[in-house]
Amino acid sequence: MDMTVSILLTIATAATPLLIAAIGELVVERSGVLNLGVEGMMVMGAVAGFGAGFLTGSPWIGLIAAIVVGALFSLLFAVMTLSLATNQVATGLSLTLLGLGLSGMLGTGFVGLPGERLPNLYIPLLTDLPVVGRLLFGQDPIFYISIALVFGVSWFLFKTRTGLTLRSIGDSHTSAHALGIQVIKYRYLAVMFGGACAGLAGGHLSLVYTPQWVENMTAGRGWIALALVVFSSWRPLRVLAGAYIFGAVWIGQLHAQAFGIPVPSQFLSSLPYLATIVVLVIISRNKRLTMMNTPASLGQAFVPDR
Amino acid sequence: MKKLLIALMTSTAAMSVAVSAEAADKLKACWVYVGPVGDFGYSYQHDQGRLAVEKKLGDKVETAFLENVAEGPDAERAFERLARQGCKLIFGTSFGFMDAEVKVANKFPDIKFEHATGYKTAPNLGIYNARFYEGRYILGQIAAKQSKSGVAGYIVSFPIPEVVMGINSFMLGAQSVNPNFKAKIVWVNSWFDPGKEADAAKALFDQGADIIVQHTDSTAPLQVAQERGLHGFGQASDMIKFAPKSQYTAIVDDWAPYYIERVEKALDGSWKPEDRWDGIKAGAVLMAPYTNLPDDVKAMAEATQKKIADGWNPFTGPVAKQDGSAWLKDGEVADDKTLLGMNFYVKGVDDKLPQ
Repeated sequence: MDMTVSILLTIATAATPLLIAAIGELVVERSGVLNLGVEGMMVMGAVAGFGAGFLTGSPWIGLIAAIVVGALFSLLFAVMTLSLATNQVATGLSLTLLGLGLSGMLGTGFVGLPGERLPNLYIPLLTDLPVVGRLLFGQDPIFYISIALVFGVSWFLFKTRTGLTLRSIGDSHTSAHALGIQVIKYRYLAVMFGGACAGLAGGHLSLVYTPQWVENMTAGRGWIALALVVFSSWRPLRVLAGAYIFGAVWIGQLHAQAFGIPVPSQFLSSLPYLATIVVLVIISRNKRLTMMNTPASLGQAFVPDR
Repeated sequence: MKKLLIALMTSTAAMSVAVSAEAADKLKACWVYVGPVGDFGYSYQHDQGRLAVEKKLGDKVETAFLENVAEGPDAERAFERLARQGCKLIFGTSFGFMDAEVKVANKFPDIKFEHATGYKTAPNLGIYNARFYEGRYILGQIAAKQSKSGVAGYIVSFPIPEVVMGINSFMLGAQSVNPNFKAKIVWVNSWFDPGKEADAAKALFDQGADIIVQHTDSTAPLQVAQERGLHGFGQASDMIKFAPKSQYTAIVDDWAPYYIERVEKALDGSWKPEDRWDGIKAGAVLMAPYTNLPDDVKAMAEATQKKIADGWNPFTGPVAKQDGSAWLKDGEVADDKTLLGMNFYVKGVDDKLPQ
């Protein structure tokens, strides 16, 4: 039983950064903007989180720094693509490259230093409950934030008027503009929310997952988050499912190897990607529903005509 | 006409003086790294070597490096760029740079090249490597002594000879202490992914291993060991700061003596391409201080280290292959060629080698 709990906890840790980055990007894409800079924003969040945590001695300040830096870094993307109407794909890719390089430069002084870890939640009695105690009441704070984000974003997008407005902008920015909605303002806020989430996901890496700073420590997780958004057809709860399926197969294959299952390790390593895509494609096989959920003006530059 | 000739002659003379003065003054030595210098692992250690050269030789050298150079066609551009920028001695530090470096070396016969961990040479291209497997034998002995469960977790990157050699050497060391010692092996198919390495360490601990060994580059597995109150070994550099209570020792790559020697030779004109494979004896492989260990285990590790430094090879027979067939006869020592192309396990390794 202990082993099961331990495995489930490991899965949650592996899934959390993917989930947070993906949920942020989902909001961005729902507003019709494609930001391929997730990896760059994430790694900036990671270096900021580690740096602030290390310098102040408080991982909580690190957490806030990760969020703020992620949002500020995404502002660069927003100014370029929204105010100057540059190509979103190219700008997003450059944001990733810039983030990877800049974080490496800023983090030079942090290499080889152990960092501060965010403490796990501990509620007397509740956390001590067998099995469910540690799973429900004993995880790191960012885990709880990630779950709250999923349901919060889901509620916001589908149950609030502002959420409806945001989705309408993503579907047709010209119509939204004609109705008098401030397209650019909404998109600015959406992009910055996405940046804040990516920064937080990076902070999870350098403050919880592996409390240290090393260049390129995101190791491609931003790209996995981007893929999760598309394969979950822009639905928050499916992103949750996707991130946890990925995490489960990811951890499961490591256990399978340690257990000595005679399957080539290269195949096992690719399994999380395959399994997640297959499952999400099966969930999203209803074409009409998928079309309905796809933001129609995704990736198109918008220049107000008057 | 005469004036023009004189002008020409003086200017060429001036030029040649300028060139030779520069050559006598400074040698430009350059490095190409596969990863970031901030990885605190493999590339970091090479860069420490470069810094040691600067420190030791001061004004006599000028150094430069390119980091994050992808293996393949990109590497060729990197080497060519350095060659055109006046580098006179260029070190390529990753296996995958081999073909690119050979090509550029042929193009610039006056420039000296060195390539780490490869096997192709040229009249102006030497090769070098370090015998990391020597350190892994010591890790195996310590693990077998210290483990309560008799099982170690072993995190590995890719099934290349270097890594297979390490697993085999580790197992031989462990078996010399406990013939029934087991290692659970997990391939993460990456040199560097702190998160995945941490996950692999957790999985291995969950399955009963109580000591972690890694042939990947981040400090994450040791941090997990520290969190769980278990133990492990550092990789490439001394990682004690990340796991003050958990690190027993670490295999440290020390390229500094080699780089200093080679640059000095290039300076005094005695540089020749060589095939160098140094280990503990020459100081290319160091063991970080033995910590968190009882005195007898520490003494055993030190004795083995001394034995290796005196010339003993961990791959000394009798050694059988995984399937039980004989490999090395009693007293027979494995030759370097077999080691550098190693694609089989020794007896007792509980894993199927990915092909």
